[in-house]
Amino acid sequence: MLAESIRVQPAAGDRSVRARQVLVLLSLMLGAVSIASMTVGASGVALFPALGRALSGEALALQERVVLLDIRLPRLLTGILVGAALAVSGAVMQGLFRNPLADPGIVGVGAGAGLGAVLAIVLGAMLPASLAAITGPHLVPIAAFLGGWGSTLVLYRVSTRQGRTSVATMLLAGIAMGALAGALTGLMVYIADDQQLRDLTFWGLGSLAGASWTKIAASAPIILLALIAAPALARALNAFTLGEAAAAHLGIPVQRMKNIAILTVAGATGAAVAISGGIGFIGIVVPHLLRLAMGPDHRYLLPAAALLGATLLLGADMIARVIVAPAELPIGIVTAVLGAPVFLWILLKRRGLVDM
Amino acid sequence: MLDAHNITVELGRKRILHGVDFTARPGELTAIVGHNGSGKTTLLRAMTGEIPYRGRIMLDGDDLRALPPALLAERRAVLAQATTLAFPFTVHEVVRLGLTGQSALLPGAETLPERALHRVGLEGFGGRFVQELSGGEQQRVHLARVLVQVWQPVTDGQARWLFLDEPVASLDIGHQLQVMRLAADFARAGGGVIAVMHDLNLTAMFAQSVTLMMGGQVLAAGPVSQVFTSATLSAAYDCDLKVSTPPPGGGVFLLPQAVA
Ligand SMILES: Nc1ncnc2c1ncn2[C@@H]1O[C@H](COP(=O)(O)OP(=O)(O)OP(=O)(O)O)[C@@H](O)[C@H]1O
Ligand SMILES: [Mg+2]
Repeated sequence: MLAESIRVQPAAGDRSVRARQVLVLLSLMLGAVSIASMTVGASGVALFPALGRALSGEALALQERVVLLDIRLPRLLTGILVGAALAVSGAVMQGLFRNPLADPGIVGVGAGAGLGAVLAIVLGAMLPASLAAITGPHLVPIAAFLGGWGSTLVLYRVSTRQGRTSVATMLLAGIAMGALAGALTGLMVYIADDQQLRDLTFWGLGSLAGASWTKIAASAPIILLALIAAPALARALNAFTLGEAAAAHLGIPVQRMKNIAILTVAGATGAAVAISGGIGFIGIVVPHLLRLAMGPDHRYLLPAAALLGATLLLGADMIARVIVAPAELPIGIVTAVLGAPVFLWILLKRRGLVDM
Repeated sequence: MLDAHNITVELGRKRILHGVDFTARPGELTAIVGHNGSGKTTLLRAMTGEIPYRGRIMLDGDDLRALPPALLAERRAVLAQATTLAFPFTVHEVVRLGLTGQSALLPGAETLPERALHRVGLEGFGGRFVQELSGGEQQRVHLARVLVQVWQPVTDGQARWLFLDEPVASLDIGHQLQVMRLAADFARAGGGVIAVMHDLNLTAMFAQSVTLMMGGQVLAAGPVSQVFTSATLSAAYDCDLKVSTPPPGGGVFLLPQAVA
């Protein structure tokens, strides 16, 4: 028995060592792509020479300071926050629904959050000044969070019976909610004035170009809260894979964990949508790739999703910035072009298992 | 001691259990038998805290309703009639899910999954994907997970319980005997075992006590030799059954009577 307990080799089927290696690799990748993202840009400002001079005590030119600190750095942080939030909310939602196809963007939660944000942009202007002063820049992310929360609750109610989800019902409910949110968003477009209209269009396609310290300050707390809550869900999500009843038998307080999971999904999706609009497919592609690489254990899957989500979004953002430079493509187009085929590929591989 | 008194369960708008009394003692294997739909699974689900019930269930002196999920999970583990898996977990990873609470703190806890797999005859299966195993193999994986959860039948003088819903229904005869012996060993070491069974001969071989259900009520309960009589069983299952004693091994033994 003693000999057994001091074994060094992991048991067959124990993928935790590999998962840790993947986590290290992903951290390195995120570091590399972050540096690249700080170096690439239309202005031609170079990161390393500027850094070198700053370190040796020289003052930077105004243009360098503005480009690096007020344009590229907030954009980098926004990319990391949004990418991590989208991927983690996808992974949590899939664990909660016990289904690898559940993604906030696909099943209408993103649309619900978007509607909340649009309502806030258009109707927020009509708020009395005293109230607007209180909510300030937080109004849009909070409204997006509430929209995402409402739609997750509706979706869960409609598509889940006794802890089992019907994929068909879930996807159809997502279509219905997406259509409703779309219609109401269209209605808002009618009421919107010119400036709001520009905000809405730009934002609807999904972009990091609007990144600013103000927006980060407004959304980061919600996203960070969700990212901190996620690891606490790992054990519960692992147990949910056996079904709700079995999870309860393993000592999981099921209802409380479900509520936390729904709030996490809504918070992360809502805040991400509020800063960057509708960026799709990160939430489904990232967890899927990771499950192939290291298995579905949420103790590793959730942090890995945050890292890979951030990395992929920064990568997509660089493509969006350079491919039609000096103009730039909305990043939502890049993620859709890369992500939609992967989604189809997942569907293709799962044919015959559609009611799981 | 598990003591359920006057248990009534309604699911949907239908009353499924009508004032059932049930007791099981640690150190024994208590079987619940009865026709399909007689309420065996429903009674088990009430006693594991899975569904609401009227009446009172005491587990070793504590009211079941007063025990939070984490404490309850320390004292009993539950094997469901069937379990499906949502994601491609390996056998090792699923069995490891049973490593919660006290069993996670045992010395050598990390080796428990492999030892449990050995006990259910699945050594060498750790790296396989559960979704790619046969039905009987999957059922034994979950049994191993449940064993890990209550690895020690008695902890700090308190018995731990195994609730098994048809643990051998999908197993071949060799593995049926292996699993029943496992359950019997658990009981012999001081733990409590409550098993829903369809095979009456296996029940007669391994159970000390049996509760026979019919239409949501208890038809008879007590030692196997008292409950398993030709008249009672024939009434409970609505067919001709003949109990023969003594059978080859001693105890009771029964044969269905062909109706020509
Ligand atoms: N969720 C439910 N809603 C309504 N009725 C139910 C539900 N679950 C079970 N029943 C009914 O309750 C009765 C008892 O079911 P239960 O599953 O307890 O039977 P059982 O004795 O375990 O049967 P089996 O031997 O087939 O497993 C059945 O008539 C069944 O149709
Ligand atoms: Mg049953």
